[in-house]
Amino acid sequence: MSTETTEIRFTPERLQKALDIIARYPEGKQKSALLPLLHLVQEQWGWVSTEAMDYVAELLSIQPIEVYEVATFYTMFHLEPVGKHVIEYCRTGPCCLMGGEKVYDHLKKRLGIETGETTPDGLFTLKEVECLAACGWGPVFQIREKYYMNLTPEKVDEIIDELSKQG
Amino acid sequence: MKILTQHINVPGIETFEVYRKHGGYTAVEKALKKMTPEEVVEEVKKSGVRGRGGAGFPMGMKWSFLAKPEGVPRYLVCNADESEPGTFKDHYLMKTIPHLLIEGMIVSSYALGANKSFIYVRGELMYVVRILEKAIEEARAAGFLGKNILGSGYDLELVVQPGGGAYICGEETALLESLEGKRGNPRNKPPFPAVKGLYQCPTVVNNVESISNTPWIVNNGGDAYAAIGVGRSTGTKLISASGHIKKPGVYEIELGVPVEEFIYSDEYCGGIRDGHRLKALVAGGSSVPILPANLITKTANGEARLMTYESLSDGGFQTGTMLGSGGFIVFDETACIVRNTLNFAHFYRHESCGQCSPCREGTGWMEKVLHRIEYGKGAMEHIDLLVDVSKKIEGNTICPLGDAAAWPVAAAIRHFRPEFEWHVKHPEEATRPGAVYPDPILM
Repeated sequence: MSTETTEIRFTPERLQKALDIIARYPEGKQKSALLPLLHLVQEQWGWVSTEAMDYVAELLSIQPIEVYEVATFYTMFHLEPVGKHVIEYCRTGPCCLMGGEKVYDHLKKRLGIETGETTPDGLFTLKEVECLAACGWGPVFQIREKYYMNLTPEKVDEIIDELSKQG
Repeated sequence: MKILTQHINVPGIETFEVYRKHGGYTAVEKALKKMTPEEVVEEVKKSGVRGRGGAGFPMGMKWSFLAKPEGVPRYLVCNADESEPGTFKDHYLMKTIPHLLIEGMIVSSYALGANKSFIYVRGELMYVVRILEKAIEEARAAGFLGKNILGSGYDLELVVQPGGGAYICGEETALLESLEGKRGNPRNKPPFPAVKGLYQCPTVVNNVESISNTPWIVNNGGDAYAAIGVGRSTGTKLISASGHIKKPGVYEIELGVPVEEFIYSDEYCGGIRDGHRLKALVAGGSSVPILPANLITKTANGEARLMTYESLSDGGFQTGTMLGSGGFIVFDETACIVRNTLNFAHFYRHESCGQCSPCREGTGWMEKVLHRIEYGKGAMEHIDLLVDVSKKIEGNTICPLGDAAAWPVAAAIRHFRPEFEWHVKHPEEATRPGAVYPDPILM
């Protein structure tokens, strides 16, 4: 699949960023740019499609399978379209001890969806993840790069209200 | 004595300017202008500092293993993949005082002869990646990175590399695979990274906290570091405290503080949250054996247990545990040990890379059987089955994740078997929402 015929391509700014990333590795080791590039894909489209994986393969001059096998291994990459705000909440032990189960039950009820699902208005997707390395400030979830910590059902409502207002 | 967190609350310490004003980058000046790389390695060896990621392997010894073939680049890779449940001290250190790690990377790279070094940060902490990249640019602008640093003739570039969500990439060889743009499947060792690591070149992989200790060691000498602590547990350690305590958070302690003091003193965790009592402790991240109340503040011999590698390991896995990553998770009597063991079992099953049959299949089975017991469908034979499966994983895998999955299950049953039996014999009682074992041994 050539980059001329496909719709999938980085914005000029992001393409420059990708080229800068590729250039920082030793000669012949450009495949090291694969995970950073997949993050750029997700930054631009919100998820990682097969077409985007093919595009990244072209940029790195590697086989598509080399991208597929990586995109399917690492849990951060969403392989299906997601809502505007992907809420990734930590289900691991310490957060549960800090009250996590109650907070996440409230979160699910508030949004009316289960983990893996997206609200009908396309605003929120829920994803259950493992330890986010913020245990002492738990319960925790993250939305894109931002960590939301010391959660309570009330704080969850505030956050959802705020994000719903923004649309 | 605070080595890492001495200035951590100074406003603006995340900036180069404030960090420099408080003595930052003097170790770079000293190392590059007044010491040879070998002399820096010697100070780290003398310090006795042990790997702070969890394995506790002496850092100086690991550095001395680095092969030095002619014309082959060497690499220093910082393991900032912090994913061991209960551990959050590297996250804390990097986001609050990023220049400490940058300075540590410079002196350590100089010591090892690396001219391009990497900081591999778990992908979920992308905001920390940004903070580190900003700090690197500040350091470069001030002349501490790039070509011919401070006129010393030494060149260094630092690259911050994100992961993609995989606990296994905290294992050093899986980390290197990920850095090379591949799935995080651990490699067989030997060869060790010191001989064949990143791009098959000699590589040292060190934890964030380990590297962050090197500026102080350069400035004050390895002997001064070794004078702190007890026995072979020298220096200070960052403990990530969470769970049912009054004051969860990151604490820098001198190794040797009694466990009882760490849990109950207002200087640290402040005791168990109101109205509750200590039931269990996971002292070093989810992978280390859980301890019951009677073995937490005292060893099996009745001696006071200290926060050191040796004291926490007193009694082996029969009556002891490990300092590990220092992910200190405290449980009171409202915690169900079976439920928590299931929670951890799910974690390991999810994180297993799948290469080794004992781990791939064994983690799956442990989760399934624990699920049955927790939800009232277990049988007495299942408890011994769990121990049996854990023994069949242990030692039979390419990397320690298999062991890490097996140890919590074996330890929970070793010390809390009556709780598991209660779930089997009284399923209606045990599966009531919020139900906990009615007869726990508490402190």
